[in-house]
Amino acid sequence: MLNKDNNRTVVSRRSLLGKGLALGAVAAGGGAPKAAEAGNPANLPPNVPEWSKTLGDGVAVRAYGKPSKHEAHVIRRDVEWLTASRESSVSFTPLHELDGIITPNGLCFERHHSGIAELDPHDYRLMIHGLVDKPLMFTLEDLERLPRVNRIYFAECAANSGMEWRGAQMNACQFTHGMIHNVMYTGVPLKVLLEEAGVKTNAKWLLLEGADSAAMTRSLPLQKALDDCLIAFRMNGERLRPENGYPVRICVPGWEANMWVKWLRRIEVGDQPWHHREETSKYTDLLENGKARRFTYVMDAKSVITNPSPQAPLKHRKGITIVSGIAWSGRGKIARVDVTLDGGRNWRTARLDGPVLDRSMARFYVEFDWDGQELFLQSRAMDETGYVQPTKDELRKVRGVNSVYHNNGIQTWRVSPEGEVENVEIA
Amino acid sequence: MSKSRELVALVAAVVIGGASFAAAQSGKPAKEPPAKTAREAAKPASPAAPAAASAPTKVPYGIGREAKPDEIAGWDIDVRPDGQGLPPGKGTARKGEDLFVAQCAACHGEFGESAGRWPVLAGGAGSLASHDPVKTIGSYWPYASTVIDYVRRAMPFGNAQSLSGDELYSIVAYVLYLNDVITDQDQELSDKNFPTVKLSNEANFFDDDREVSEKAFWKKDPCMSNCVAGAPKVLGRARAIDVTPEDGKGPRVE
Repeated sequence: MLNKDNNRTVVSRRSLLGKGLALGAVAAGGGAPKAAEAGNPANLPPNVPEWSKTLGDGVAVRAYGKPSKHEAHVIRRDVEWLTASRESSVSFTPLHELDGIITPNGLCFERHHSGIAELDPHDYRLMIHGLVDKPLMFTLEDLERLPRVNRIYFAECAANSGMEWRGAQMNACQFTHGMIHNVMYTGVPLKVLLEEAGVKTNAKWLLLEGADSAAMTRSLPLQKALDDCLIAFRMNGERLRPENGYPVRICVPGWEANMWVKWLRRIEVGDQPWHHREETSKYTDLLENGKARRFTYVMDAKSVITNPSPQAPLKHRKGITIVSGIAWSGRGKIARVDVTLDGGRNWRTARLDGPVLDRSMARFYVEFDWDGQELFLQSRAMDETGYVQPTKDELRKVRGVNSVYHNNGIQTWRVSPEGEVENVEIA
Repeated sequence: MSKSRELVALVAAVVIGGASFAAAQSGKPAKEPPAKTAREAAKPASPAAPAAASAPTKVPYGIGREAKPDEIAGWDIDVRPDGQGLPPGKGTARKGEDLFVAQCAACHGEFGESAGRWPVLAGGAGSLASHDPVKTIGSYWPYASTVIDYVRRAMPFGNAQSLSGDELYSIVAYVLYLNDVITDQDQELSDKNFPTVKLSNEANFFDDDREVSEKAFWKKDPCMSNCVAGAPKVLGRARAIDVTPEDGKGPRVE
């Protein structure tokens, strides 16, 4: 299992840069961002480019379509030094390249503990047993005969922004905030399956278990299971991707994504939590006094400006400028997002555009006329429960710096007069 | 430790999550009490089930078949702190040492100290309230049952569910011995006495209390203008730490 080269393949920096994309010469720490290249004069007026004269690919040549080859830099990325192996690791969603609220399936961040399990859907089984009247076994076809619902939810890793507890560390929005995706799931309410089995009166907890070789388990309060959890088999219309749990995962709306067990194979009904590895050793939040919170399920209100950001510098210098970002809360709908250009001295309320849904990402924009001076950009989310996204210092005051998970502190981007953007902490 | 190394170490601890250590099982006893099969056909939704869900609930649909006891026994591998689910078997730290060295030490070190970035299994006692907490089985984990459960289901990394019941108890005994949880190499652990093994940090966990301890985050009206005096001053820069992968370094895209 321990590949000497750690299974990592790397393309040269050159092969992705220098394609006229001006893509983040900045994140690497380089100089000022360059304006988009002028392009190939042969393709520009008054000339008639090749694509206006010749036939392109016919239908079904691209039987399953991919993005334009000019978007080849829009990919999940990982941080080599972060983990011991690629199989128990994470890749990050390129938030700075996306807009709206739906994450394309191929870009949804990955977090595996034993690699991607490749299940044959014909051999898929979901077992429900324990404190039930009748233990049940479902096939994928069975699940698809039950009434299903469609819901758009974010799934955010509890460790998202975890690298930033002690200070600004990752100079890229993708790495500071990219352990999140937001898709439309199609699935059967878990409640329906539990009612099929008949839950006994002393039942209080469920154990969820995956079919991969980590056999990931989490204890889930029965109340949550009966409320809004989904046994999902589709994302954004199509089948789940293998890396996202094909053929079946559970959605636990608003709660840390570790609980969204992929390749779900078994649900046991019990009367107490199991205190398994992912809810004791991991996903418990160590405080400064040496005590630790457990069962910190909900992901609190959070936001980040995705553009501009270190990987997406401002190339136009001064003039009309758009700030764009995302906000979300595990406690309900986003009620408001405020944005500051001067590091929190003054705030303006951003424009939410597109659907604002319960426990889903919301998209916000602020348009302003940039005078070309240094900016300190921040966003501050509020949700419908009245929760206001705290600063990192406010969080540290309560929790210290060792709690690893649940960092929803306000992010600061410094924009230089040249339009370069960096991850900073400020006073 | 330099600032950047310190941050790197923290993150590695953060995200790794995945690979802890060694073992699993092959003896798969049925731990479930015999399934109660007789469900009254027309029984309404369980009385335990409060109303809520969002889909039509005409119950039951009669979809899915009954899971058979041997099917459940084959997949039901979870262990609880009270001992429910313990597989049959027995072992000692003395027997576990060789197994650990053969099956686990390549990643976790011969004494649980870990190799490279692989998880540290032992040590760190008394470090939890320090600047650099070392969270191991001995210093942090609340329940010994979690060790046997996790080893059984997920270890060795890449060869999960391969250990016999006796191998499992022996390896777990050795790991507990490394952590001074048991001090006698010949003390036998088994499905009979395992729940008596207690870890020292159990009392230091408490249920999520954010809605009380962080009540201040539910504010009435956040400040909108002239909220901070003076110009922003940069205190820290990710660029100075310089651990962000360069653009262009990423998985190969065809």
